[in-house]
Amino acid sequence: MSERSAAALIGEQETPAARRRFSFRLEIDPARKESPWWMTIVSVVLALLLCAVFIAANGKNPVEVYGKMLRGAFGSEFGITETLVKAIPLLLCGLGVSIAYRISVWNIGAEGQFVAGAIAATAVTIYFPGLPFYASIPLMIVFAIAAGGIWGALTAIPKTYFQVNELITSLMLNYVALLALDYVVFDPWRDPKGFNFPGTPMFTEAQTLPVMGDTRLHFGLVIALAAVALYAFMIRYTRWGYELRLIGANPEAAKHAGINLKRNILIVMIVSGALAGIAGMSEVSGVAHRLMYGISPGYGYTAIIVAWIAKLHPLGLVAASVLFGGLIVGGYSVQTLGLPSSISTMLQGAILFFLIAGNMAAKFRLRRNG
Amino acid sequence: MAETYSLEMKRIVKRFGSVLASDHVDFACKPGEIHALLGENGAGKSTIMCMLSGVYRPTSGEIYIHGQKVRIRSPKEAARLGIGMVFQNFRLVQTLTAAENIVLGEKSAFWRGPNWMRRKQEEIAAIAERFGLAFPVDRPIWQLSVGEQQRVEIVKTLYRGAEFIILDEPTSVLTPGEAEQLFATLAQMKAEGKTVILTTHKLKEVMAVADRISVMRKGRMMQTIDRADTNEKALARLMVGKDIAPVARQRDRRPRGDVLLDVRHLDVYAEHGRKALDDLSFQVRAGEIVGVAGVAGNGQKELAEVLGGLIPWKKGSIVFNGKEFKTASVRAAIEAGISHVPENRMKSGLAGSLGAVDNLLAKTYRSPERSKYGFLLTGSNRRWSQQLVERFDVKTPSLDTPVGQLSGGNQQKLLLAREIDRQPLLMVAVHPTQGLDVGAAEGVHRLLNELRGASKSVLLISEDLDEIMQLSDRILVLYNGRIAAEIGREDADRETIGMYMAGLQRAKEEAV
Repeated sequence: MSERSAAALIGEQETPAARRRFSFRLEIDPARKESPWWMTIVSVVLALLLCAVFIAANGKNPVEVYGKMLRGAFGSEFGITETLVKAIPLLLCGLGVSIAYRISVWNIGAEGQFVAGAIAATAVTIYFPGLPFYASIPLMIVFAIAAGGIWGALTAIPKTYFQVNELITSLMLNYVALLALDYVVFDPWRDPKGFNFPGTPMFTEAQTLPVMGDTRLHFGLVIALAAVALYAFMIRYTRWGYELRLIGANPEAAKHAGINLKRNILIVMIVSGALAGIAGMSEVSGVAHRLMYGISPGYGYTAIIVAWIAKLHPLGLVAASVLFGGLIVGGYSVQTLGLPSSISTMLQGAILFFLIAGNMAAKFRLRRNG
Repeated sequence: MAETYSLEMKRIVKRFGSVLASDHVDFACKPGEIHALLGENGAGKSTIMCMLSGVYRPTSGEIYIHGQKVRIRSPKEAARLGIGMVFQNFRLVQTLTAAENIVLGEKSAFWRGPNWMRRKQEEIAAIAERFGLAFPVDRPIWQLSVGEQQRVEIVKTLYRGAEFIILDEPTSVLTPGEAEQLFATLAQMKAEGKTVILTTHKLKEVMAVADRISVMRKGRMMQTIDRADTNEKALARLMVGKDIAPVARQRDRRPRGDVLLDVRHLDVYAEHGRKALDDLSFQVRAGEIVGVAGVAGNGQKELAEVLGGLIPWKKGSIVFNGKEFKTASVRAAIEAGISHVPENRMKSGLAGSLGAVDNLLAKTYRSPERSKYGFLLTGSNRRWSQQLVERFDVKTPSLDTPVGQLSGGNQQKLLLAREIDRQPLLMVAVHPTQGLDVGAAEGVHRLLNELRGASKSVLLISEDLDEIMQLSDRILVLYNGRIAAEIGREDADRETIGMYMAGLQRAKEEAV
């Protein structure tokens, strides 16, 4: 950063009078705390433009590629249901982290909480194999909630009692969960008839979530939408929701209102982890029908972007998770054009980048010097 | 131009919105003197100094340095003119070393050579030694004590060749021993021809170190005097103002109510183990306004917080309405009927991004009128909020407009609406009119008087003596966490209170 702009950033001017006539300076506008709603759309457009450069550099026509992605994700019944299948874990994990972000607890451990939930749900199939549908599915959900909740609490307890930064613990716990996953699928739970494939035996009919027709769209969608609706209602109309809103808006004022911050951080992290845990359960029981190596292609991380784009708003979460589900599915469909599917990862990153940059830029205003 | 003054400020006016922070202030320094700027908190000392150091720009007025008219538009320009300021809260990078902080921002070649930092460290250590300001130059700031950090700040100004060194409330963060050392340093700086300006509200320090003293009150410069021509008493009188025919408004003399709050032998420790309240005992009766006067930092904040259940106490007892508080609990305090109106309404009283309804709910959302079975009674809460907004005349575009967008007066009215509607038995109001214009302040005073009229009690903690004298039935003066005096409203005059506030007189008899 040049010295001039550094001075401009902190709202000073230092140019001599002669140069001041046509110069402008940027300064932080104290009245503006939130960026306007259209910033999200602008950042998606800018991300598409930026990635178009890379697509063009690969000798492909960006318009064609984006068209193919769009058709792949939303152009057919198969595409739409696949997009929704990807949106389910994004929505549940995104909702989980949103609740935490609402009170400024930066949980980036949805990935680990997701995996913990997936492992715990699978444990039901391993240790109680003969249960009927109406016993095994609720039990799997309960196990997933417990595991995800414990994973969340493992971040919250050090934070509340020893002031350990949750960014570090939640991130580190992701690796713990992922390595635990590797362990169970490579050794104790590996399918003996699986030709060395790192995965558990396939679930039975009683252990899988029902699907819609002959698509892969499963009952997890109902769970996810119900969770979002519950969240929207809770935050607006319940006493606890009010406490969370007050903590989010001003923790100091919440303390003066007699709200126990530590207990709320603990509960919120447990709920946050539990939601990601349910996502893990719905993924093994609804999509993969087994626990296997690499069960999550990074849903827990993408969920952070989803929450950010949605600005923690319930409807925004639904829209953003469908958008990002579509990006993943669209990414698969451009492989036929000779492009890697990681194009969707690139787009995700670019969207987040522009969104954050936009949020920063929105805080500034341009002033004529003088 | 008379060369006797090396630095002169003439008719300086500074406005912040509708608030006049500096009202035609004249200020001048002679070369090589220690000049103390004395005044209560909020008298406008820091504002004046910030204009010298380029943090603020005056609305009007002129600044001369060595007879040359200057415009100081940024701290950088101030540094170029030889003005260095040590702020009350330090401007240091915690993770950099002391030496790195001092050379920060210095221009030099892109490649500084291998020995550059070592040479700088030696140079800095030499300056530090010359002025008796020892600190480890190669250790990161976060490892240094507060006193050492202050020395780093002072050396920073000296290293940059400052001729005028401004210290804003330098002793407020120091232990008595460290303060002694600082005064020795100031004498050394003076001996080397530097001009030292220090702002303070501590009379003893002023008399100990200053050559000349300028006293400010309510944004005005009262007088500049040589130390030899004055004494602590006269300074205290200047600082708090003359007794302008006390507004001894006749009030209804009623029999005093029962004891509502009984605080006995209370010890409270603030951060860093400082004893904030020291064996404090007092009572508040039903239907009276008790004013707590005192210079900031003598335990007022802690007194309010301990009564509000926000901080624990070490020793002693708090009995409220016949029941003893066992532990510090905000909810217990709220439910017992104590209302805490905090010092900084936007920091701890209101949530700026939420609307009026959510802010009004903060203390009562648990009550059966506001929520049932864990659900908020949204419809009736809105109607209730609408009524409160109308009754207390809060001007807001809508019930959902973020309260951060309202004016200070309307924010305070909203906050008081919330607290008064609860019908608290005791309101602990801390600086309730700070930053409000005259009209809004009067409105607040009326509300406090209405509480008293309804046989509720108010503990009014304020730095505004006029406010305290106008409203209180009794006045307690806090000094060093103890009650220095208890004065009835009939016997209250500014001069006496000022003496006790400055710690010049001890209580002749223990209060109550």
